[in-house]
Amino acid sequence: MSRAALLVLADGRFPAGGHAHSGGAEAAVRAGRITGVADLADFCRGRLHTAGLVAAALAGAAALGRDPVELDAAADARTPSPALRLAARKLGRQLMRAARATWPAPELDALAREFPKGAHQPVVLGLTARAAGLGPEEAAYCAAYESVSGPATATVRLLSLDPFDATAVLARLAPELDQVVERAVAAARRVAAEGVDALPACSAPLLEIAAEAHAAWPVRLFAS
Amino acid sequence: MHLDHSHPATPAVSADAHRPDGTRRAVRIGLGGPVGSGKTATVAALCRALRDELSLAVVTNDIYTREDAEFLLREAVLPPERITAVETGACPHTAIRDDISANLEAVEDLEDAVGPLDLILLESGGDNLTATFSKGLVDAQIFVIDVAGGDDIPRKGGPGVTTADLLVVNKTDLAPYVGSDLARMAADAKAARGELPVVFQSLRGESGVAEVAGWVRQRHAAWTAQA
Repeated sequence: MSRAALLVLADGRFPAGGHAHSGGAEAAVRAGRITGVADLADFCRGRLHTAGLVAAALAGAAALGRDPVELDAAADARTPSPALRLAARKLGRQLMRAARATWPAPELDALAREFPKGAHQPVVLGLTARAAGLGPEEAAYCAAYESVSGPATATVRLLSLDPFDATAVLARLAPELDQVVERAVAAARRVAAEGVDALPACSAPLLEIAAEAHAAWPVRLFAS
Repeated sequence: MHLDHSHPATPAVSADAHRPDGTRRAVRIGLGGPVGSGKTATVAALCRALRDELSLAVVTNDIYTREDAEFLLREAVLPPERITAVETGACPHTAIRDDISANLEAVEDLEDAVGPLDLILLESGGDNLTATFSKGLVDAQIFVIDVAGGDDIPRKGGPGVTTADLLVVNKTDLAPYVGSDLARMAADAKAARGELPVVFQSLRGESGVAEVAGWVRQRHAAWTAQA
């Protein structure tokens, strides 16, 4: 395993489409739920322990080689909002393109054939990590970190927030990221024996509801 | 790169010149330039000029989601299924240069839905003078500026002005009203671009988009001839 591969995959400039998504931050800003750096920290913490944990567990299980088709169905079941399912599949398709160019692997080709319009992004992320020679922890770290780095970057653009403050929010969340990854990987390791029901199913209803409203806005900066 | 040969049903690579079935894909031409310089109007005029001879489609990259696509739909220059809007997260230059994945998907989906296509026009949302398209996304790019944006833009240069395959100086009909010196713009453009072509255009004038459409025809013919 090359640890440096993790840096390549986790780099915010990895060309997989994430820059066009706010992770729900745009809707939260409009609703007045994020007005500054303190709110951003709360929003990210909430997202990390719900959507972030679920994504990290899915990515970890995919990195362990569990059946990606079953994992994709599990992701669908854990994503009530059709708008968020669509966004996750779009991002999965975009990541797949980048992954197949950077770490070509038969498993990625097979998943691309199975889901020509995209599998859920965390599943593709886990399989990408696997193709890059990374393990479930690294895959889970990528997913958990993305769950908070996206909203933080988007909020810098949406509120003209001081970028140093936004980055400090992410740094303060690091210990919680470690805990979430630990829980996610423990659950991912249970999938082999217990099936996908072993994966966490925490949901953040406000993220799901706001995503549906956001998808219908005529004018918005971010795709989700 | 040709990662796809063993799995023709799932193209992965951006600049590959062939479709999964082995035929040569559509030529892809990008249009970039500052806000308000007339990119969308030029795209609309190109669609009207070329739609009867080429199978074409348009991808827009808006800052605010769908404005340019909706303009093209209102103008009815193409059937709606031939126009796709890519959302750029407020950064069109990222979507056309640094992370082209969403645009490549739009291109693939258009080929699936209404293909085979001969020509795909990719329009960037209005951006700054440094915005250029990735070679992984387009085969040639047009940079559109206008005389009202300041006649010093060709002199200032920047990657769009100096390296685009075609520089279009738009709205020449406004030059007398805004005090722009077209001869000076032409000389500065020549100095910045060497042998690369420059077209001075007024879409309100008699010839309209004809010269740019002719250049696009040439690019399409050259692309097809390489098959």
